[in-house]
Amino acid sequence: MNRAMKSVTMSRMISRPTTLEFIDEIFDDFIEFHGDRLFKDDKSIVGGIATLDGKPVTVVGVQKGHTIEDNLARNFGSPHPEGYRKALRLMKQAEKFNRPVITFVNTSGAYCGIGAEERGQGEAIARNLIEMADLKVPIICIFIGEGGSGGALALAVADEVWMLENGMYAVLSPEGFASILWRNPSRVEEAAELMKITAQDLIQNKVIDKIIPEPEDGLHNNLKYSTDIIKTELINKLEVLSNKNIEDLLSERYNRFRQFGEYSE
Amino acid sequence: MNLFKKKNYITIQHVQNTKNEDIESPSIPDGLWLKCKYCKKTVYKKDIGEYKICPHCGGHFRIGAMERIALITDENSFEEINGNMCAKNPMGYPDYDVTIKKAQEKSGLKDGVVTGLCTINGYKAVIAVMDSNFMMGSMGSVVGEKVTRAVEKATALKLPIIIFTTSGGARMQEGIISLMQMAKVSAALSKHNDAGLLYITVLTDPTTGGVSASFGMLGDIILAEPKTLIGFAGQRVIEGTINEKLPEGFQTAEFQLEHGFVDKIVRRDELKETIGKILKMHCVEGGGF
Ligand SMILES: [Zn+2]
Repeated sequence: MNRAMKSVTMSRMISRPTTLEFIDEIFDDFIEFHGDRLFKDDKSIVGGIATLDGKPVTVVGVQKGHTIEDNLARNFGSPHPEGYRKALRLMKQAEKFNRPVITFVNTSGAYCGIGAEERGQGEAIARNLIEMADLKVPIICIFIGEGGSGGALALAVADEVWMLENGMYAVLSPEGFASILWRNPSRVEEAAELMKITAQDLIQNKVIDKIIPEPEDGLHNNLKYSTDIIKTELINKLEVLSNKNIEDLLSERYNRFRQFGEYSE
Repeated sequence: MNLFKKKNYITIQHVQNTKNEDIESPSIPDGLWLKCKYCKKTVYKKDIGEYKICPHCGGHFRIGAMERIALITDENSFEEINGNMCAKNPMGYPDYDVTIKKAQEKSGLKDGVVTGLCTINGYKAVIAVMDSNFMMGSMGSVVGEKVTRAVEKATALKLPIIIFTTSGGARMQEGIISLMQMAKVSAALSKHNDAGLLYITVLTDPTTGGVSASFGMLGDIILAEPKTLIGFAGQRVIEGTINEKLPEGFQTAEFQLEHGFVDKIVRRDELKETIGKILKMHCVEGGGF
């Protein structure tokens, strides 16, 4: 198995720690809030307020489960539009009360279904992109497992994007890539390699800014190893970001995404 | 029905600063007869008129970017910007240059979008027009960069931006960089929005994936051509996920209107007039009465 496929496999492991476990390890006094105030509470997105080093923050993330029952309740971490709208509601709340936002991404993608289309999956993702680009508080996004396409990006328009060592982020799954472009799903490993989806690849092309190391004995056996690092890094980085004036912060965020693209003219 | 009404008819030859005068209707194969994909009837080519509308069911045939520009902009008003931008190969995808070259030959375009300044019924605007003949209008670096620059130009010149979308989604061959274009364009639109400027989206067949999940759905006013396929996920993907057939009319412009995601469905032969009226009502400095 090549390095890219190892990331795909590890990021999808059912034992891989979920957003709520990360929140529990990193923050204190987490209070979960529910609902988008429009349609319902999407359990594949969790969020609320907590403290970090004694200071209030808003946390939002995609939630998977460790069992089939749990995963059914969480829709296997594939949010509906109301999930993205809940996330946005909580981020706008953070902006109002001037507290930073930390997002956790772990999704194979936004859900593809009839209800999701009826309620505007495209609009919900698009709205998050435009609103996060201009959200007037620091945003740090952490990819803890899978990062699939627009459904991941909808929580990842941030000042900094970090990724666990065995995380991944791609425009579509390597399986989808192989079957659409090559009509051959069995070429999945080759697709994974070519797509440059690993943390090492992504830091090279500046899609992510930092790689969080994972323990030798597996993240699920020793989550604290990685969350201790995240906690320290978050405290340091949020202090830096919070001290910037808001125009500088927003223009740096703009430039962070403005730079992507390779073309000749 | 004013199918054959010749209002504001502009032949493609009048469009300046473009190299595509000989590309007349790249979406419609040669021959005298066409098949309408909506009603499945055979249509005499002449009967679809300059707007390429099926006389039986009102379905719209797909048209290319240059043809669209000729139908929408005032004669001689279109000035293309960033017309030479071409794709590179950020992921090292095998033979991507060959794919690009073929698409260029097929469409007569450098990549999947044409951008520029124009007037519409006398009102100045920046427009970006996508073209499904170029790799299904997929969004890679060039589409993302050209649309972003068009939006930034509109912000700098305090002009409305009008984007005609048609896209199957992200340009997979450019990998994660194509995904980043969604954030890039949306951020540019955020600044345009903050400046109090008007953004009109015109969704044309098909508008799906990453384009619908970014600038496609962000217009202050969202128009759509009749029967246009509009959605986030592809229909086969959804059928595969839910394991059942999709309902009739799913993800059409009419479906999107019904569910509140489109402001108005406008026939192609009424589009210029409708956009002209909207521009007129937004040209009052500072608004007010
Ligand atoms: Zn027809």
